[in-house]
Amino acid sequence: MKRLSAAPRGRSRKRSTRRIAGLAAAVLAGGTLSACSSASAKPSLNWYVNPDGVETLTSLAEECSTDEYDIEIQLLPASATDQRTQLARRLAAKDSSTDLMSLDPVFVAEVANAGWLEQLPEDVAATATDDDVLAGAAETVTWDDGVYAFPQWANTQVLWYRKSLAEKAGLDMSKPVTWGQVIEAAADNGGTVGVQGNKYEAYVVWINALVMGAGGQIISNNEAGKEADIEIGSEAGKEAARVIQKLADSEAAQPDLTTSNEGTSLGLMYEGAGEFMVNWTFVYQNYKTLVDAGDLTKEQLDDLGWAPYPRTVKEEESKPPIGGIDIGVGAYSENSEFALEAAECVTSPEAQVQLAVNEGLMPSRSSAYEDEELTKAYPGDLLTLWRESVDKGGPRPKSAYYATISAALQSTWHAPTGVDPDSTPEESATFLADVLEGKALL
Amino acid sequence: VSSTYIATAGEDEKKVKKGPTKGRPESERSRAENKLGRNLVLPAIIVMLLVTAFPMLRALYLSLFSYSLTAPEDREFVGLSNYVTALSDPLFWRDTGVTVLYMVVTVAIELVIGFIFAMVMHRVIFARGVIRTSILIPYGIITVVSGFAWQFAFSYQNGFVNSWIPGLDSTFNWFAETTPAVIAIMVSEIWKTTPFMSLLLLAGLAQVSEDMIEAAKVDGATWWQRLWKVILPNMRAAIMVAVLFRALDAYRIFDNIFVMTAGAVGTESISFLTYRQTIEQFQLGIGSALSVLLFLSVLLIAFLIVKLFRVDLAAARQEG
Repeated sequence: MKRLSAAPRGRSRKRSTRRIAGLAAAVLAGGTLSACSSASAKPSLNWYVNPDGVETLTSLAEECSTDEYDIEIQLLPASATDQRTQLARRLAAKDSSTDLMSLDPVFVAEVANAGWLEQLPEDVAATATDDDVLAGAAETVTWDDGVYAFPQWANTQVLWYRKSLAEKAGLDMSKPVTWGQVIEAAADNGGTVGVQGNKYEAYVVWINALVMGAGGQIISNNEAGKEADIEIGSEAGKEAARVIQKLADSEAAQPDLTTSNEGTSLGLMYEGAGEFMVNWTFVYQNYKTLVDAGDLTKEQLDDLGWAPYPRTVKEEESKPPIGGIDIGVGAYSENSEFALEAAECVTSPEAQVQLAVNEGLMPSRSSAYEDEELTKAYPGDLLTLWRESVDKGGPRPKSAYYATISAALQSTWHAPTGVDPDSTPEESATFLADVLEGKALL
Repeated sequence: VSSTYIATAGEDEKKVKKGPTKGRPESERSRAENKLGRNLVLPAIIVMLLVTAFPMLRALYLSLFSYSLTAPEDREFVGLSNYVTALSDPLFWRDTGVTVLYMVVTVAIELVIGFIFAMVMHRVIFARGVIRTSILIPYGIITVVSGFAWQFAFSYQNGFVNSWIPGLDSTFNWFAETTPAVIAIMVSEIWKTTPFMSLLLLAGLAQVSEDMIEAAKVDGATWWQRLWKVILPNMRAAIMVAVLFRALDAYRIFDNIFVMTAGAVGTESISFLTYRQTIEQFQLGIGSALSVLLFLSVLLIAFLIVKLFRVDLAAARQEG
C-alpha cells in the first residue's frame, strides 16, 4: 500500500516541478515577448506632474494621447524642493523616459541651463509665447534667448481682505494701497496682516515682490550665473526690509509670523476684525467650499474683498508674485517630437479652461479668462484682477543658481522679526556673493 | 581581589597574542591553507575595491572643483579651496559640534541601557525568546518610521509626550528650539539603536568565563565588584566593537534629523549639511569636499576609540 502510494507521489512531485519550471519559462518568455511587442507598438510618453489637479491632468493626458503615442502620468512628490530634486536626479542621469515634466517656473532657468530641457523650435516657441500668453507667465519660460517650456497655468498673489475691516479703517480699496497703509489700517482696527514668513520658498516670494515693488531686483545680469550682479543691498532692498520690519513690529503681525505659510493665515480672515492677507488664487475656492460645507455663511463670503497686490512704495506699481506650472520636454527623451506635440496639447486654451474650472488653477492665456464656463465659476472682477496680476507680475530671479540664491536669502532674512533695513539687505548681499563664489556654506 | 584579577586578565591577553606567532613555526599545510584562503577571498576583495573605491576616488576628484550640476559649463578647478571654505565656515564647525553631541550622548546612554538589556537577555530564565525578541523589536523598525513615530509622539498637537511629563505645558513645541529638538532626535535615535548595542554586548557577555565569576564570588567579591573587576574588563573587546560601531553610525546621523526637523533650528548634522549641499543645492564640488571631510572624521573617531580602549582587534578575535 505504502509503495503504491509512494510511487505516484514521487512522480507527481516530478511532474509538479516540471510544471513550475514550465510556468516559469512561460512567464519569462511572455515577459520577453511583451517587452518586444511594447517596443514595436506605440510609445508611452511619461509626464511627471506635481500633485495639483491630478484628476484633470489625468483626463488631459488621455485626451491628448493619439494613435501614435500614449501619455502616462507619473506623480512627483508634494514639496517643490523634492519635485526639483527628483527631476534633477533623473535628468542628470540622462533618463530617456522623462518625456514631459511639469516645472515650477523658478526652476525652468536652472533646468534649461543644465541642458536638460529641449529648446522649443522657433515656430513652436512663437506660439508658446504669443501675445495671448500673459506677460508674467511668458517671461518664466525663456532663458538665454530661447524658449524652453510651455506655460500651462499661472498663479499669482492678490490682497485678500475683509471689506468690513477696510471700511472701518477708511481705506479706499478701489485705489492702489501700500503695505504701510495696510499694516496701519489693520493695527489700528484690531485686525492683522497675513503673509508667508516661514523659512521657505514663499518667504522669498514675498521678499522678491517687495524688492520689485520698490523698483529693484534681487540680482541682475542673471545669465552671468555665478558672476551675476547682486542688487539686494540696494535702496529697493532696504525698502523691502522696512516693510517687513514695520509689520514685525506692528500689532498687526500675526502670532505665528515667523512660521506662517499659505495655510496658517486663512483661518484668521473671519476671526475678530479679520485680516488683510496676501495669498495665491486658491483662497477664493477655499472659502467658497466652506460656505458649501456650512462652515461659513454667505454673508461672511460676501465680506471677502480682493485688491491688487500692495505697493512697496507709493509711487511705484506693485509687482505681484508669479507661480504656476510650465511644461518642459526632456532633452534625453527618445520621443521628443511627440513630446513637443503633447506639451502643446496639454497647454492649449481648452486644457487651461478645464484646469481652471475643475481645479481652480488659473490660465496663463488671456483668452481663456473669457471662457463662459470660467466666468460662471468666478466673479468677473476677480478674474480680471488675476489676469492683470499675472500680466504685470514680477517673476523671481531667473538663474541657474536660483536654488542657491533662494536659500541664501532665507538664511539671512529669516526670521522676519529680526529684519533690519540698515543691515539685513547688505548682509544678505555679501553672504549671497560669498556663497556664489564658493566662499561660504549654505 | 581586584588587582590580582586585572593582572591575570592582562597577562592572559599577552600570552594569547604572542602564542601562535612565536611558539610554533608555520607548517607546510597551514601555509597552503592560508594561500587557498587568500585566493578564495581575492575576487570578493577586488569587487569590493571597485565598488567602494570608485565613488571614493570620484568624490575626492570632484571636491577639487567648483561644480554645480545645473551649470556644468561653469565647472572650474579650484584646488583645495572647497576644503578651505568648509573648514573656515562657522556653519561647518557648529554642525560638527552638534554631530559630536549627538554621538557622545546617544552612545553613552545606549551603552548603559544596552548593557542592562544584555544582562537581562543573558540571565533571564523564563520566557527567554519573548523577552529577547521584544528587546530587539525597535532595531527591526526602519529609522524613518521610528523618526515619524517619535515626531508624532513629541508633537504638541497629537503627541503623548507632553501629557506624560509632569509640569510640562501641553502646548510646548519640542521642535521650535534647538535643545528640545535635539533631545527629541536623540530619544528616537536611542530607542531605535539600543537593541543593536545590547546584541553586541550580549555576545561579549557570553564570552566571559563563568569560572572566573564563580572564583571571584568564592573570594568574597560583591556583585558590584564582580561586574567592575571581572565582567567588564573581560568584555573590553566586545564593548569596544559595540562603541566603535555605534559611534561611527551615530556620527553619520541623518534619517531622524531629516524626518523630525529637516535640519531646522540648529539640529543639522554634518551628514545633513553634506546632503543639502550636494542634493538640494546641486553643488557637487563643495558637497564632495564635505563628504571627504566626513569620511576623514569617521576614520579619526575609529582611531581614537581603538586607542582609548587599548584593544587590538586581532587579539580580540583570537580571544573569542
